[in-house]
Amino acid sequence: MSTTTPGSASSALDASDQALAAPHAAGHSEEHVDARMFGLATFLVADAMTFAGFFAAYLTFRAVNPLPEGANFERELLLPTINTALLLVSSVTFHRAGSSLRRGESSACRNWLLLTVGLGALFLAGQMVEYFNLPFGLTDNLFASTFYALTGFHGLHVTLGVMCILIVWWQARAGGRLTRDEHFGLEAAELYWHFVDGIWVVLYGILYLL
Amino acid sequence: MTVATPGSFEGPGLQPQGWLRYFSFSLDHKVIGLQYLVTGFLFYFLGGALAGVIRTELASPISDFVSRNTYNEVLTLHGTVMIFLWIVPVVNGAFGNYLIPFYVGARDMAFPRLNAVAFWLIPPAGLLLISSYFLAGGAAQSGWTAYPPLSLTTPALGQVIWILSVLLLGGSSIFGAINFIATILKLRRPGLKLMQLPMYCWAMLGTSILAVLSTPVLAGTLVLLSFDIIAHTGFFNPALGGNVVVYQHLFWFYSHPAVYIMVLPAFGLVSEILPVHARKPLFGYTTMVYSIMGIVVLGLIVWAHHMFTSGTPPWMRLFFTIATSFIAVPTGIKFFNWLATLWGGKLALNSAMLFSCAFIVNFVFGGITGVALAQVPFDIHVHDTYFVVGHFHYIVYGGTVFVIFASVYHWYPKFTGRMLNESLGRLHFLLTFIGFNLCFAPQHWLGLNGMPRRVAEYDPSFTTLNQVSSVGALLMALSTLPFLINVIMSAFNGKIAGDNPWKALTPEWLTSSPPPVENWTGPAPLVQHPYGYGEAVAALDLRSASGEQIWSGNQR
Repeated sequence: MSTTTPGSASSALDASDQALAAPHAAGHSEEHVDARMFGLATFLVADAMTFAGFFAAYLTFRAVNPLPEGANFERELLLPTINTALLLVSSVTFHRAGSSLRRGESSACRNWLLLTVGLGALFLAGQMVEYFNLPFGLTDNLFASTFYALTGFHGLHVTLGVMCILIVWWQARAGGRLTRDEHFGLEAAELYWHFVDGIWVVLYGILYLL
Repeated sequence: MTVATPGSFEGPGLQPQGWLRYFSFSLDHKVIGLQYLVTGFLFYFLGGALAGVIRTELASPISDFVSRNTYNEVLTLHGTVMIFLWIVPVVNGAFGNYLIPFYVGARDMAFPRLNAVAFWLIPPAGLLLISSYFLAGGAAQSGWTAYPPLSLTTPALGQVIWILSVLLLGGSSIFGAINFIATILKLRRPGLKLMQLPMYCWAMLGTSILAVLSTPVLAGTLVLLSFDIIAHTGFFNPALGGNVVVYQHLFWFYSHPAVYIMVLPAFGLVSEILPVHARKPLFGYTTMVYSIMGIVVLGLIVWAHHMFTSGTPPWMRLFFTIATSFIAVPTGIKFFNWLATLWGGKLALNSAMLFSCAFIVNFVFGGITGVALAQVPFDIHVHDTYFVVGHFHYIVYGGTVFVIFASVYHWYPKFTGRMLNESLGRLHFLLTFIGFNLCFAPQHWLGLNGMPRRVAEYDPSFTTLNQVSSVGALLMALSTLPFLINVIMSAFNGKIAGDNPWKALTPEWLTSSPPPVENWTGPAPLVQHPYGYGEAVAALDLRSASGEQIWSGNQR
């Protein structure tokens, strides 16, 4: 991911047009609007619609397709509740990481980021433990299949999020590309992480409590 | 196919120049637009050849030209290629990428690299889809809708490759849509208000909102379908307790908006072409904007009108009939606005205008049969017959493809700096218009009399009308010859166009043809009245006069 602005990234230019391509050339500041956070937010709307489709399918199955006799769809409640708490706390720690960087305290920022990674990894470990202990498998029945599809798709998001945070953690080192003034990468990862947490809260309500 | 190495992204001088850039990972929106356009046309010719196979088979009532399985594969590939590799990429990606940065006064799209990625997903996805035809078991056979349980019982490999290919193309479409929304809303030149944008921007904004909201639902659904095929889950498999109707709901939640993803940009393009060649302002700009947004909202809540025979409960039928009928209101507003734009204008009946006017005629016919199909009693009678095929092709071919041709005639001078040959253009139009109506109008009669679609054989009493339809298809195939000769010859020998051959006022004409890399050598012009046409326009210096001045005759 580049730290240059989108406008300058487009500069497939003739040498004669170099003056126009300079990122902050006088008189062309209007071309360098930073739309990256807006673009990410739009992408997250699309991502949320994927989840919405899965949720709609699950709720419809629950409403119109009763389980056959003897089918097992007994879920745990304790472990997912602990997992929910872990993710919510990790949103707070990520927020602290962001405010630390904006204050210029990059080592505090990195510690908060590591803590967030740890909480995310714990969540994934908890999810694995739950998978191995559930009394139903992927193809046992319709609800079970949908359960694994939904939690698996969300787990994929958490895994990606953890990797993003690790990248941000590396970039926030002394001399790295994330600084007090230029921290798009961290803000993007933070928005994404909050999004993944928010989806989990909805998922927890629909899959475990309903 | 050369892809620039990552190191060369930053360096201005390292991107290939000349013709080589059209085969490169170029970040220039104009290059990407033309990449979309030419790739789209290649797939159009492929999809057209597949349609030729279908019409040849249907020229006689028995299955004699290809085997029944091959017919199913050809039918599926035809639908998928034409929708996902021709119409959606061309009408959105090609013209959107070329025109939107000009219209908002920007030097490129908001995310040039994402833009290039979105394009370069398309050729591999297309090749993947075509390759499935040559594999063991052949291509998918379940139609472009891939309804289970049919898609679960036909050969698995072809179906899974079909899903993979559509997922890649869906990703491309979402990336493109994010780029268009960000460009239109965030990259507008200072001083340019939303309500001053050319209409195509509004059409693309609406289309992109639909793509962002609905394409992910299709992606998720197809992932579940692939689980059913590969992992033997039972989401949509009734034998395992699954529910096929849920697939239909999720599929049509994307695929009905997909019709608007194909046709709204065409509305926008035709709204650019008509005022230029009628020398009049676009009639009812504000109502046009609101009707586009009205179609976006309504388009998201009408999907179940495709499912009136899927055991939908009466309240659902009632709701979706009423909601669908409502779409006729914003669409009708646009239709009358186009007529009013033409009314009393100084019409130049060139190829671009002929195709645009034919679009209006064809689209109204397709729209009327669409309203008819929204009525449950009628829909149940003609469901899954050739009436639906006729209706659909009047919308996507008579509507969108006619506009794509109109747009090529209109913008070719800007793309290449040379004019197309007008006589060849009119011959192309004549053959296309006659061939199209000959091909698809009889299908309404066939459907009303009960000929089912998607079947290689039919009752011999339908033979004559089917043969008429096949002759129409042959004319359509022939019509591409004058077009191809025209675009290839004119690129080398066409009359030099100059910057603004149509004396148009939208910003892409206020620069050289073809435009320089960053669109304008100086600052971007501020065009606040893109449709301010009047009679004295020839006498004016277009660069220094605003549209308002021209229209009111208030010359400086």
